[in-house]
Amino acid sequence: MIASFWTALVGGDFWWVLVLKSAFLVLFLATAFAYLTLAERKVSARIQLRYGPNRVGPFGLLQPAADGIKLFFKENAGPSNRDRILFFVGPSLAGAAAMLAYAFIPLGTNSWFGYQFHWDITHANVGLLVILGVTSLGVYSLFLGGWSANSKYSLLGGLRSSAQLISYEMAVAFALIGAVILAGSLDLEQIVGSQQHLWFIVLQPLAFILYFIGAFAETNRLPFDLPEAETELVGGYHTEYSSMRFGLYFLGEYVNMVTVCSIATALFLGGWLPLLPFHPFDWIPGPFWFLGKVIALLFIMMWVRWTLPRLRYDRLMNFGWKVLLPLGLLNIVITGAIVAVRA
Amino acid sequence: MIKEIVQGMAFTLKQMLSRPLTVQYPEEQKPVPVRHRGRHILHRYDNGLERCIGCELCAANCPVGCIYVEAAENDPANPVSPGERYAIRYEINLMRCIYCGYCAEACPTEAITLGPQYELADYRREHTVVTKAELLESWPHFAQSRRPPSPRGAGADQTGREEIDPGVSPRLAWDLVDARRQSGQGPHAGDLGIPADVPTVTEPGTTRDNA
Repeated sequence: MIASFWTALVGGDFWWVLVLKSAFLVLFLATAFAYLTLAERKVSARIQLRYGPNRVGPFGLLQPAADGIKLFFKENAGPSNRDRILFFVGPSLAGAAAMLAYAFIPLGTNSWFGYQFHWDITHANVGLLVILGVTSLGVYSLFLGGWSANSKYSLLGGLRSSAQLISYEMAVAFALIGAVILAGSLDLEQIVGSQQHLWFIVLQPLAFILYFIGAFAETNRLPFDLPEAETELVGGYHTEYSSMRFGLYFLGEYVNMVTVCSIATALFLGGWLPLLPFHPFDWIPGPFWFLGKVIALLFIMMWVRWTLPRLRYDRLMNFGWKVLLPLGLLNIVITGAIVAVRA
Repeated sequence: MIKEIVQGMAFTLKQMLSRPLTVQYPEEQKPVPVRHRGRHILHRYDNGLERCIGCELCAANCPVGCIYVEAAENDPANPVSPGERYAIRYEINLMRCIYCGYCAEACPTEAITLGPQYELADYRREHTVVTKAELLESWPHFAQSRRPPSPRGAGADQTGREEIDPGVSPRLAWDLVDARRQSGQGPHAGDLGIPADVPTVTEPGTTRDNA
C-alpha cells in the first residue's frame, strides 16, 4: 500500500531522481530569484535612462551574490514584543509555499534510452487545483508576518494583503476555468497537450488578460502592491523584518512571480510546446520553450511595474469584485455555451 | 483608461530602447564649464617667471581666511617673479575655501585663478592644505599643473624651511611627521599626533581681524 501511495504521489521515478530533481529545482528557483532581482533593477534602470547595477562583476552579474552576502550578514532584528513562533513561521512559509507550487508545474517530458524523463517533479491529475491551493498558502505568510510583528504598519499591510489576495483569488480562478473547460481536464499536462494545434490565448484572450491582471495582485506587484505600499505603510507586512527573513519574503515574492507566469504559460501559451509545430522549432527541448515564455511574461510584469502607478485601495477592491469577477463569469458562460453547442 | 495604459507602456518601452543618460563617473567625465571655480592655479608669465608678487591681497580679501602667503625678497640676479618680492610660501586650506573667487578678483597681476580641478577629496585632512608646489603651473609644461596634486608633494621651495621658520603649516607638519615616521625616527605608525617641536602657523584671518 505504501508502494502504491508512493507511486501515486511521485509517479514511476526512482527516489534518487526525485531528490536530484527537487534539489535542482530549489537551486534553480533560488538562482532565478537572485537574477530576477537583478533583471528588475536593470529593467527599471533602463526605463529611467540609467544603467542599473554594473559595478559588481561583468554587467553587474555578481550583484545578486553581493546582495545575498549582505542580507546574510545583517543583524536579524525584530520587535521585542513580537510573537516569536509566528514571526519565524511567516517568512519560512513565504519561501516554502512559493517553491512548493512549482513542483506541479508541467515542464514537458523527454524520452532517453527508453526512460521517460519528466522534467517536473511530480504530476497530479488535479494539478491546477493543487497549485491554486498551494499558492493560496502564501497569504498566510503575509498575514502571519504582519500580525506577529506587533506593529501597526505590518498589521495594516498584512490585512490589506489578505483581503486583496482573497478577492483576486476568485477572479484568477474564474479566469482559469475557461482554459479548463476547453481542455476538459484539471491535469496540467493534458491542458498543455490539448493546445497542440492552437494555444488557448487565441481562444481565451479575455481569460488570459483577466488571469494576468489577477497575477499582478497575487504577487503584490505594482499597480496592485498595496500590501507593501512603501509610501503609505513603510514596507507593509515586512516592515519589521530584516536580514535573511526579509530576504525570504523577497524570495517568496519573486518565486511567486515565476509561478504565476508558469501557470499562464501552461494554460494559455502552450507550455513546453514550440512556437510553431515543425522544424527547426521543435529541435529546441520543451523546458527551454517553457522557460522562454516564462521569461517573456516576467519581462512584461517588470515593464508594467515600472510604468503604472499604484491603484487606490477601494478602487483595487472595486476592480477585483465589480470588473474582473463578472468578466470571468461571462467568459465561463460563453466558453461553456460554445463548448456545449459544438459537442 | 486602456488608451492611457498603452500610451504609458509605449513610452517606457521607448525609454528602455534609448541610450541611458548616466555618466559613468570615474571612467567617464563631463568637461567642466569654462569658468568653473575649482582648485586654484598659480600662473606664470610666458617667460617662466611667477606672476605672484607676494602682496597678500588675496589673503586679505579672502572671506574665510584660507590663504596663507609669505613673501620673500627676489634675488635681482636670479628673480622668481618680475617684482621686488615673490611668494616663498603660498598655501590654501581647501577644506575652508568656499571657492568664491575673490582672491582672483583681488590679484593685481592675475597670478591666481580658480581652475577646473574638482576632485579634491583626500584621506588626510593635512593633504587638503595645498602648497605652492601643487598650485603653481609647471614650466615649461603648463598643462601638467592641471593634473591632480600628488599626495606627497611637499613644496620644493619650502624644503628645509621648517627648521628655520617658526611658523609651520599643518600640511608641512604632517609631511615632516610622515617623513620621520617612514624613516623610523619619529612616532610609531598609528601615533600621528603633531610633535611638540613642530609649531603651527598663526591663522591669517585672526591677525587681520585684530589689525
